[in-house]
Amino acid sequence: MLYYPITIGEKELPRKATRYGWGEGMVELGKRNPNVVVLGADLTSSTTAHLFKNEFPNRFISFGIAEQNMTAAAGGLAIAGKVPFVSTYAVFSSGRSWDQLRTTVCYSNLNVKIGGAHGGVSVGPDGATHQGLEDLAITRCIPNLTVLSPCDYIEARKATIAGGELVGPVYIRFGSEPMPIITDEETPFRIGEANMYRDGEDCTIIATGHMVHRALVAAERLEKEGLSVRVVDLHTIKPIDKEAIVQCCEETGCLVTAEEHQLHGGMSSAVAEVVVENSPVPVEMVGIRNRFGESGDPEKLMDHFGLGIEHVMDAVRRAIARKKRS
Amino acid sequence: MARMEKGPDELRRIAAQIRIDIIKMLVQAGSGHSGGSLSVADILTTLYFHEMNIDPQNPNWEGRDYFVLSKGHVCPAWYAVLARAGYFPVEELLTLRQLGTRLQGHPCKSKGLPGVEVSTGSLGQGLSIGVGIALGLKLDGKPNRVYVVNGDGELDEGSIWEAIMAAGHYKLDNLCSIVDNNNLQIDGFISDVMNLYPLKEKYEAFNWHVVECDGHEPADIIRALGEARQTKGKPTVIIAHTVKGKGVSFMENLAGWHGKPPNPEQAIQALRELYKQREEIGHWEGKTVELKPPRIAEELEKLEAEFAK
Repeated sequence: MLYYPITIGEKELPRKATRYGWGEGMVELGKRNPNVVVLGADLTSSTTAHLFKNEFPNRFISFGIAEQNMTAAAGGLAIAGKVPFVSTYAVFSSGRSWDQLRTTVCYSNLNVKIGGAHGGVSVGPDGATHQGLEDLAITRCIPNLTVLSPCDYIEARKATIAGGELVGPVYIRFGSEPMPIITDEETPFRIGEANMYRDGEDCTIIATGHMVHRALVAAERLEKEGLSVRVVDLHTIKPIDKEAIVQCCEETGCLVTAEEHQLHGGMSSAVAEVVVENSPVPVEMVGIRNRFGESGDPEKLMDHFGLGIEHVMDAVRRAIARKKRS
Repeated sequence: MARMEKGPDELRRIAAQIRIDIIKMLVQAGSGHSGGSLSVADILTTLYFHEMNIDPQNPNWEGRDYFVLSKGHVCPAWYAVLARAGYFPVEELLTLRQLGTRLQGHPCKSKGLPGVEVSTGSLGQGLSIGVGIALGLKLDGKPNRVYVVNGDGELDEGSIWEAIMAAGHYKLDNLCSIVDNNNLQIDGFISDVMNLYPLKEKYEAFNWHVVECDGHEPADIIRALGEARQTKGKPTVIIAHTVKGKGVSFMENLAGWHGKPPNPEQAIQALRELYKQREEIGHWEGKTVELKPPRIAEELEKLEAEFAK
């Protein structure tokens, strides 16, 4: 576990959508490696693939609205020596073309990068059809696949670059709306190694994606109540940092998980799998509870679906109370 | 290495040997797909022993043509062709579907069987893979060609038509799909399960060049493949008219032989027919070993004694 202290405080943070990290990361990789190609399914701008397309028009391949063909063709491009980045929404790249991802890409262990844009209810007004809430569950169960879920724009760029340089299939989730930038260029990022942004003794919040910011704010507010809360950014869902999770169980005695995703099978489930097998402690989960999303303002939706800062704080209090009872 | 360019007579003799190998592999495995393996045998034989640029000793040779078996379930035929072409030892064919084998029930890249570029078996994905390889080759200005063998039943899959549309759109004249048009799928005749016809017109409407051929006549397959190679500005599909179960009288044109292997008795009966065919057209001079599946060892010995007379 890498420790890099971050304090949010009362200041207003600059915001940028994590999807720009994907686009800018691909451009950076495109400069380094002429074999990097980007594949689009008629969502070029909204996934920020246009940044790559503008820079390297001959290395952007349009597939039309046909994600299944695009994903298996990405496998073919990898066979031909390319490093293809598949750029579409999480609901499609993880869902519509799941079998292509599983059988062609992952079973063959091909060097394909899958982008999952528009993860979470914070997609907002487009509503449930376009809010990816199941993608982490249905990607992390596939062997050979690395699954990344960065917390902000800067981390998304690092994740894209690190994922692009890793040889093998990688799924990267990102969001659509401008969200607070909490990390900086110096923040470490190593695939498979969780980041601790705040230390604490009473409880650990293990968060991923947009929930990392909310977890940090929650921890700072809880400090005023006299609670010492650790915050961990679990940006790699798979391979999961088992060591870090066990360490948090042992050192803080209880956990809260926080994700903008269905609790069934998502990051919380992944953490719970490690906890129950290695170091059982009380775990409270903050996430989407067996519901589809809906239209609305992005941040209001997060609060509406139980992903608010208060929800995280309540979960911490419950976890600590359970720890004391046991 | 390069193209083997073997002539029709030798191809017929190789295909006869391949059919014998298929039956022996399937009876030893005790499971697998008989009908489609037999229907695709001449197509695969002609591709490997005549048409494609290959180097079996160096399967990842940069100059190779790429091959994707989209209808992965007929891999017994493909494995036999690969082994007979020299990609791996012929004896290994009898490990088909056994625990630890490189010859998985459907092709698996990560088991490391030489010649297998990608895992297939979930229908409807192979042509997309071929589209991706062909696009990659074009990006690099490479002359290599890409061959994909599709099933006709497989064409029910919508994603295939996404791939067909993309190949036409990008004018992938380095891509050739060969449809093993045996007219049967698991549940019955194509026209009853989900009517695919007219087929030729569909490909033409998607901007493909279409060639039809007799999928059991090597000379005709050679002609079609040559036409595909010379066609510029469009991908080519070869609709190869075939007979499911070809070569074994009691398997021909029966949907029931899709995913079923012969039992030992049926295997001997099938081999009697196939050995007779081999006698008629002549043994392939390139044959190194004859497979002896342990499950039918005694009966096979008797059968071979009959033919030795």
